[in-house]
Amino acid sequence: MRSPVGTTLRRGRASDEGPALPEGSPPPVLVVEGLTVTLGGREVLKDVSFNLHAGELAGLIGSNGAGKTTLLRAVLGLQGTAAGTVTLSGRRDHGSLGYVPQKVSLDPDLPVRARDLVALGIDGQRLGVGLHSSSRRARAEELLSSVGALHLADARVGALSGGEQQRVLIAHALASKPRLLLLDEPLANLDLRSTQETVSLLAGLTRSHGVAVLVSTHDINPLLPFMHCVVYLAGGRAASGRTAEVVRSDVLSRLYGQHVDVLHAHGRVIVSVGDEHRESGCELAPDDCAEEGQPA
Amino acid sequence: MSVLHAVFAPGFFTSGPVLAAVLIGGVVALVSAPAGFLTVMRSHSFAGHAFSEVTATGGSAAYLVGVGPLLGYVVAALAGAGAMGALGVERHKSRDLVAGVVLGATLGLTALFLYLTTTSQSTSGAAVTVLFGSLFAVSSSDWPTVVALGGAALALVGVGWRPLLLSSVSPELAAARGVRLRLVESAYLAAVALAVALASMTVGAILSTALLVGPAAAALRFARTPARACAWAAAIGLVAVWGGIVLAYDSYDWPPSQQGWPVSFFVVFLVLATYLASYLFGRHRDPAHRDPAHRDPAHRDPAHRDPAHRDPAHRDPAHRDPAHRDPAHRGEA
Amino acid sequence: MGAGLFSSFMTGTWLEASIVAVAAGAVGFFVVVRGAAFAAHAIPQGAFTGAAGAALVGVNTLAGVGVFSFLAATAIARWGRRARRDVVTALILVGLLGLGSLFLSMSLEYSAQTFSLLFGEPLAVGTGELLPTGAIAAACLALIVAMYRRLMLTSVAPELAAARGVNPENVETWFLLSVGAATTLALPVVGALLVFSLMIGPPSAARFIARRPAAAVAVSVALALVTVWVAIAAAFYSGWPLGFFVGVLGVVWYLLGRLVHARTGDARSTGDARSTGDARSTGDARSPAPQGPAAGAALRKALAPPGISS
Repeated sequence: MRSPVGTTLRRGRASDEGPALPEGSPPPVLVVEGLTVTLGGREVLKDVSFNLHAGELAGLIGSNGAGKTTLLRAVLGLQGTAAGTVTLSGRRDHGSLGYVPQKVSLDPDLPVRARDLVALGIDGQRLGVGLHSSSRRARAEELLSSVGALHLADARVGALSGGEQQRVLIAHALASKPRLLLLDEPLANLDLRSTQETVSLLAGLTRSHGVAVLVSTHDINPLLPFMHCVVYLAGGRAASGRTAEVVRSDVLSRLYGQHVDVLHAHGRVIVSVGDEHRESGCELAPDDCAEEGQPA
Repeated sequence: MSVLHAVFAPGFFTSGPVLAAVLIGGVVALVSAPAGFLTVMRSHSFAGHAFSEVTATGGSAAYLVGVGPLLGYVVAALAGAGAMGALGVERHKSRDLVAGVVLGATLGLTALFLYLTTTSQSTSGAAVTVLFGSLFAVSSSDWPTVVALGGAALALVGVGWRPLLLSSVSPELAAARGVRLRLVESAYLAAVALAVALASMTVGAILSTALLVGPAAAALRFARTPARACAWAAAIGLVAVWGGIVLAYDSYDWPPSQQGWPVSFFVVFLVLATYLASYLFGRHRDPAHRDPAHRDPAHRDPAHRDPAHRDPAHRDPAHRDPAHRDPAHRGEA
Repeated sequence: MGAGLFSSFMTGTWLEASIVAVAAGAVGFFVVVRGAAFAAHAIPQGAFTGAAGAALVGVNTLAGVGVFSFLAATAIARWGRRARRDVVTALILVGLLGLGSLFLSMSLEYSAQTFSLLFGEPLAVGTGELLPTGAIAAACLALIVAMYRRLMLTSVAPELAAARGVNPENVETWFLLSVGAATTLALPVVGALLVFSLMIGPPSAARFIARRPAAAVAVSVALALVTVWVAIAAAFYSGWPLGFFVGVLGVVWYLLGRLVHARTGDARSTGDARSTGDARSTGDARSPAPQGPAAGAALRKALAPPGISS
């Protein structure tokens, strides 16, 4: 059974929100159909479907435990599925997907420079020691400069800041010229400026490299200006489509099975679930309300 | 010449056992370097140490059965690798416990084998020989085997180098690249098993961890690339092993016994001295383009420069009051 | 049956070994929970050097073991946090053992004595040593009881502990000192190499079997007692080293624990997953301050699954 809230991605007409989609794109890079994943007897994902095209930046939105990482791992083929299909256009091999995991703990004393990590992205799965070659070196530098991190090439990766590591890891993921780039919570633990830089970098990569990018995050707002479409996870189910079509009170209410308010304020979106008398965005996060200056 | 004579006691270069020790020790240091580097990268020193205790079981079993210790070391180490792989030593949560349980089992067996050896064959000192070893006791006819096994370990690491390195940096990144983690883990465990088995011949089973972990850990302070780290580790290992041989040879004239100090002690001592020196002189030579706050404070902690910050092992062992002489223990040069 | 096994000659052994088992079982539970197996292995081996040194200069073995346990525990606790902990532990271990090999080489009578230090010699424990043993065991247990909640908190959630003003480094130091105390007790009985087995085997099974910490400590102590009792009886009749039986039983406990866990584990892990899921959805408001703007926090709260019934 298809989920009643599972709207498929409609393409073509640009809406008010988000940038225009690239015109005349070929068939989707990624098609997820009726994906169901069971972990320890519990359905983490139920009948999830969505498409993603080349050059698109999609947000995978959900709270902690909503199944974002599980979904990304299923797309990567690292997670077994109970039902449904994940189809990637073209040939599927080591290089067709790029992945930036959520937690890559790099010890500060690892004797691995940024350029070494990126070089491992080019051919890290191959056997042999991988002797130095000028083309390999040039390719690594090209990748680093494409994420604006060429100046970090000779620094130890473990000694870089979170935002800098994020860039190097993106360069690593791009090294195999993937058609699809998956990032798991790349914005967690970044400050506001690094968050904006990372998001605009990703948006730039969709244009310059023509790669499809799927970014998981619990906070939709940093992605809003750049996101072409959204996959919204709640309770293991998903609603997907253009941002303006999904992040709406009626669609999300159906997804959650209870009343959901979607409020727009100061160019931001606030989603509020449940009993309005007890719960509002303000009560939940007083610090943020103070920062915003006024309650929603 | 007199300086040379002061360093290398007369007869050093003409003694058969010494030259065999130099050759075999050199091979061991070279093999331990990349295996130790990966061990430190993977934070796997405990498993590495567990291997050394496993080799002790093999060595004591070899004593009991009456075959060469090297065979016992290698067979036991590979069996230990299989056991740890099967129990899942690479899974982060349980690695500590799995290595520990394998360790406990092998220690029990070592106890039994050594007990049976001492009661059945009256070879006193088997325990000390197996556990603390002596490079001078290595039979010079072993060297082709040592070279072959060392070559095998190096080949294993060389063939799997890039997946090994990537999975050491981050298993998730490796998995996303299509690296088969279990296969890589098996290769790693086998390579470490061989390296530890060889190291056990030179410095004894429970001290082989020094050769595995020490040079590589010091190398991390000096080198910024994986290849250079391995080269540093190999160089440090060679200095420690060869320096240990020279010092042990010289020590035959030393008090208390005119019997020489154990070569294993000198090797461990030199390894630890290098590690401490790496804290004093090694530093990360990163381009100074960043805010220092981004760096890990642990690495600039002044405590590392504190001279009092030493391992007790380094406090003047020579000043201990010698009470007894030691008649047995080492093969004579 | 067991004519000599329960003779008055053996009374000291039984009492001593039981005291050792209680202390090692209790401390061992935290060794397993905190992932401190390597330290628990390194401290006894470092203490062996103390025993060898004590034999060399002719002082009481217990004193040598105690001093070197203390040194090893403090060194690991202090330096382990400043560099790679496993590397530091390994190097402290081999450093002390290297020194031990030197002591042994200078000592004449290593063979028999070394063997008993490494692998245990329980059958010759006199009742005269019971007093110091009992005192150290009491101190060790008192330390564990006093630190119980801090040990649990720093094991389970180090950041949370730090936020509550508990210094993890101090807790680690005191904890490793209690491991050192247990080592001092156990080393003369089960030997330097097998102290570790007694501290790992029973608790590893207890952790699989019992769900509540207090119950797990009790199971761990009980299994440790069974271990030493069986080992003493077996060693008495076979003449084999006690350490062998302790080591083998340790593995048996671990494998049994894993087996029990595998049989009941599925149902439990599902239950656990559910309960943590619930905790997430209800406890979100109390989670650490989010970094994102108001909308992000509200969204995250909103997205917590409120229980879809379709």
